[in-house]
Amino acid sequence: MSLKDKLISSYLAFEDYLQEDSPIHELRNHAIKNFETKGFPSKKEEAWKYTSLNSLLKEDYSIFPKQESSIEFKDVKKYFLHEVDTYKIVFVDGVYSSFLSSTTHEGMDICLLSAALSKDKYKPVIETYFNKVAKEESLTSLNTAFAKEGAYIYIPNHKEVEKPVEIVNFYTGSEAALMLQPRNLVVVGENAHIQIIERHQSLSGNPVLTNSVTEIFAEKRAYIDYYKIQNDLPSASLIDSTYIKQERDSVCSVHTFSFGGKLIRNNLNYYQYGEHCDSILKGITILEDKQHVDHNTLVHHIAPNCESHQDYKGIFDDRSTGVFNGKVYVEKDAQKLDAFQQNNNILISDKATINAKPQLEIFADDVKCSHGCTIGQLDEDAMFYLRSRGIGKKEARALLMYAFANNVLESVKIPELKKRINLLIAKKIGVSLGFDL
Amino acid sequence: MLQIKNLHASVEDKDILKGIDLHVKPGEVHAIMGPNGSGKSTFASVIAGNEDFDVTQGDVLLDGEDINELDPEERAHKGIFLSFQYPVEIPGVTVTNFIKTAINETRKAQGMEDMPAGEMLKKIKEKADLLDIDRKFLSRSLNEGFSGGEKKRNEIFQMAMMEPKLAILDETDSGLDIDALKIVANGVNKLRSPENAVIVITHYQRLLDYIVPDFVHVLLDGKIVKSGTKELAYELEEKGYDWIKEEVKA
Repeated sequence: MSLKDKLISSYLAFEDYLQEDSPIHELRNHAIKNFETKGFPSKKEEAWKYTSLNSLLKEDYSIFPKQESSIEFKDVKKYFLHEVDTYKIVFVDGVYSSFLSSTTHEGMDICLLSAALSKDKYKPVIETYFNKVAKEESLTSLNTAFAKEGAYIYIPNHKEVEKPVEIVNFYTGSEAALMLQPRNLVVVGENAHIQIIERHQSLSGNPVLTNSVTEIFAEKRAYIDYYKIQNDLPSASLIDSTYIKQERDSVCSVHTFSFGGKLIRNNLNYYQYGEHCDSILKGITILEDKQHVDHNTLVHHIAPNCESHQDYKGIFDDRSTGVFNGKVYVEKDAQKLDAFQQNNNILISDKATINAKPQLEIFADDVKCSHGCTIGQLDEDAMFYLRSRGIGKKEARALLMYAFANNVLESVKIPELKKRINLLIAKKIGVSLGFDL
Repeated sequence: MLQIKNLHASVEDKDILKGIDLHVKPGEVHAIMGPNGSGKSTFASVIAGNEDFDVTQGDVLLDGEDINELDPEERAHKGIFLSFQYPVEIPGVTVTNFIKTAINETRKAQGMEDMPAGEMLKKIKEKADLLDIDRKFLSRSLNEGFSGGEKKRNEIFQMAMMEPKLAILDETDSGLDIDALKIVANGVNKLRSPENAVIVITHYQRLLDYIVPDFVHVLLDGKIVKSGTKELAYELEEKGYDWIKEEVKA
């Protein structure tokens, strides 16, 4: 039985088991039908031209974990930003772990989606926001059909969340292969501020395929910083679809750090509904072996006087492959726009590949849109300069790669996270940089 | 200290250096002058080990050891320093962190421990003062957004920190106003000792008023065609290079 067939037949059993989430029951039925019609995306589709899911779809995934697994905090401490106090929403094999989590309902809700779907008091929020910005793409529909668990974050107007929120999904390897469908809903009220860090972490070599969907709503003057850490094992694959709806004067940044995993596909979609929105999309990708990362971004400018800034840097070694497909869509009313897109890539090995495709579709006549894309090797003159100062070839390469990726880190607003990412980069490059990070 | 015998070098099969002989002893300052395209910068790059150039003939000996096959970093570890004509910008790496890395990598290669942090700071402070460098400058990204003068001063700062046996200054005077030139020259002079040597590569005599050479060599079409003392530099300043070209032809 193909994975698609297995999912569709599993859905019937799943439906029986879900009694409690009536507000979205119809959505689920609609979503599974959409998935059934569209199926998994193939390379024939323009948006999937350079990323094939075929090898992932051959695995015999469990759709639901058979048993609950528990893990000790000390074993996974390193995956948290443990130097600072944070809210934590933690899932182990797709199941909420109250033991590892630190949630709150005091003046805001930082908790789980299953609670929000089952309790009446959350019904108005669910009805207003759930699945309202997510699009009817087949994988998103698949998630909607099965989504039962994930983070639920609701920040009321004028609330500044004083601690970062960590959303962490662990996979223990309790199943031979597992498919997960986490679903996050983030609603940030007027003039409210929040910082969120999301991570998917496999703890064993058993294959896992995560099909994650996150919806983010930024109300007027909301300020959101979202950080995605993708540094998983070579057995783990991730399809991450994030949809962001911005109202006027809101600022929303997403930083994506892609350092590890078998296959990662990031669908990052912004929709600017109000004036004076600012959307910031940044990424650092450092790959080796046969890793594959595909960044598929969309910034849809609907209202005038907005800005968007995209800056993605990639370093590709061995036989790794990268894709950057960045689309900026400007509707005719989105005048006085300033949209900037930059994508720079370095190929370390002759066998590494990058496919970069910037796309601008502009229907307004008074806008400023710029894009730049480079693909190259490390600068030989710079290498000679560093080596002539006594710095060995390997260190010199590392220093240049570090320098290349560095400006993307400047906008990371959590110092401990910035330090952590710096260390991950140093480790990924495989040398100690020899100076304070 | 440095002995160069019949050095030939080419890039992409184009001969640039066509048989250079030069002997530099400890404590000496040699100036290499010549018109554009005569091979001055290539000469500096080749001595520092730039792999873009192929050494096709000849020997380069440092303290009697053939260094032709050594990597640039190995030459640096042996005490060769090149002050670049066009220093490279390295965003995200501060001047301080860069020099720390350079010094500790060199010490590691020499079998030494990292320089203690306190000693490093003291040295950085001392050398920055010597070159009239503002502390704020040290925490900026290496060469990024630096003016021409700042870049050159930073090169000499690195030289002061590394304390090389043989320093090669490639067009260090270009892009400097007279005040900056004096500061840089003064810095170089303070670093001179009976044990080390300096090769100054320049187009103009101006810098040589401040860093006074023991010998002046004229490089023309990849060969040293004339050598003399500092008076030769004045003669070149006055008369240009044409008379030497005539002399060589004759």
